[in-house]
Amino acid sequence: MYKVVVPGDFISEAASRAGEGTYVEDGKVYAMRYGIVDERGGIKVVPLSGKYVPAEGDVVIGRIAEISFPFWIVDIASPYEARLHMSEFADTRDEKIEFGSMSRFLDLDELIVAKVTNVDAVMRVDLALKEDFNLRSGGRLIEIPHTKVPRVIGRSGSMVKMLKEKCNCFIFIAKNGRIWVRGREDNMNLATEAILKIASESHTSGLTDRVADFLDSLKREKGRR
Amino acid sequence: MKEGKEEIELIKEGKRLDGRGFDELRPIKIEVGVLKRADGSCYFELGDNKVIAAVYGPREMHPRHAQDAKMAVVKFRYNMAPFSVDDRKRPGPDRRSVEISKVSREALDPVIMREYYPKTAIDVYVEILQSDAGTRTVGINAASVALADAGIPMKDLVSSVAVGKIDGEIVLDLNAMEDNHGEADMPVAMVARTNTITLLQMDGRLEKEEFERGLKLAMGACHQIYELQRAALIDRYSESVDV
Repeated sequence: MYKVVVPGDFISEAASRAGEGTYVEDGKVYAMRYGIVDERGGIKVVPLSGKYVPAEGDVVIGRIAEISFPFWIVDIASPYEARLHMSEFADTRDEKIEFGSMSRFLDLDELIVAKVTNVDAVMRVDLALKEDFNLRSGGRLIEIPHTKVPRVIGRSGSMVKMLKEKCNCFIFIAKNGRIWVRGREDNMNLATEAILKIASESHTSGLTDRVADFLDSLKREKGRR
Repeated sequence: MKEGKEEIELIKEGKRLDGRGFDELRPIKIEVGVLKRADGSCYFELGDNKVIAAVYGPREMHPRHAQDAKMAVVKFRYNMAPFSVDDRKRPGPDRRSVEISKVSREALDPVIMREYYPKTAIDVYVEILQSDAGTRTVGINAASVALADAGIPMKDLVSSVAVGKIDGEIVLDLNAMEDNHGEADMPVAMVARTNTITLLQMDGRLEKEEFERGLKLAMGACHQIYELQRAALIDRYSESVDV
């Protein structure tokens, strides 16, 4: 069973086990966020909502928001924008990128998969392109709150494995709550509905089974029509 | 404020005009997450006060020069709808709402852990849809719940209520009639868990003893309100999903 806490709720006396989403005052652990208590390992509060803050090593889906030589400014669904340096492309092309020609490589509004290589003290975020994911070959973007990402993946990937099988789609889940789905149109519709259902019911237990049933019933309905 | 108006009897047979006892709050209704497009929101009713609070952010701070490199900047806007009072209120900010925005922001500031989101802005909008005295306290209550709903790191929730003096008696949570014809009005905001007062204002006069009694009354009521705020947040995620 999960336990919902609000900021200021007393959680435990074990101050040494206090982890993310908590704070310690007078040797006691209190909740710092509105969320669910997780006492496996340390004492954590897993938030139910909130904005994505990039951390080094995260793989995100970004949208080119601005071109500012020699950087692409990338929106990563966060209060902090990220930047992708021109040299990310220079290695892979023969052509030299010049001032004014950056948009020929990546234009505004284009989506990319990138890894966060560095976040500095003033929250300047640097990205490296991950070209093994090519979003140009089609698919669909689904956006959910980044706090729900662990539920869409499921314990050791059980949820996403089930989604991939039942929807027969390629599914890529980025840390910032953006999900790329590629497959047949009707299959993508199935996956979209399932993912949105997971996001809205992420706080309930037995979700994987319920989503599986939900997908089966959708498919049956479609078969009848 | 007191003299020159026709005398109105605010207390009859030990009861107030709306039938409440001296230490009774008006009925409270709280709904969390009422606005789909806000990051956090709350609808709060206290008697005939109807207030909606919306929180956006943390998000990029504009203008850039107002950013704080070490922590988030909290912006608070208290706004009364033109139709919220009997005589149409001229829309837009005025001296009163600018002051209320400032003190409300300062009432919430001590609990918000702003250092977790440097360079960003947290926008809090409080809209008074219907007003019946004590709207700043309702605004603070609603904003505090909305901030938690937005997932902002906070040390605690803030709860707020007013006390006042009518017909020589110290009473809790004045309504508009009591506020207009009473002798004093004193809004209080505090962190219930630690009994830390984060807002204290007074309009009118109270004896020292009356002030102390009033403050105690308000602090007790803040604990009641805190329990309701907390319950509203918890309830939102405890409803079971039917299969």
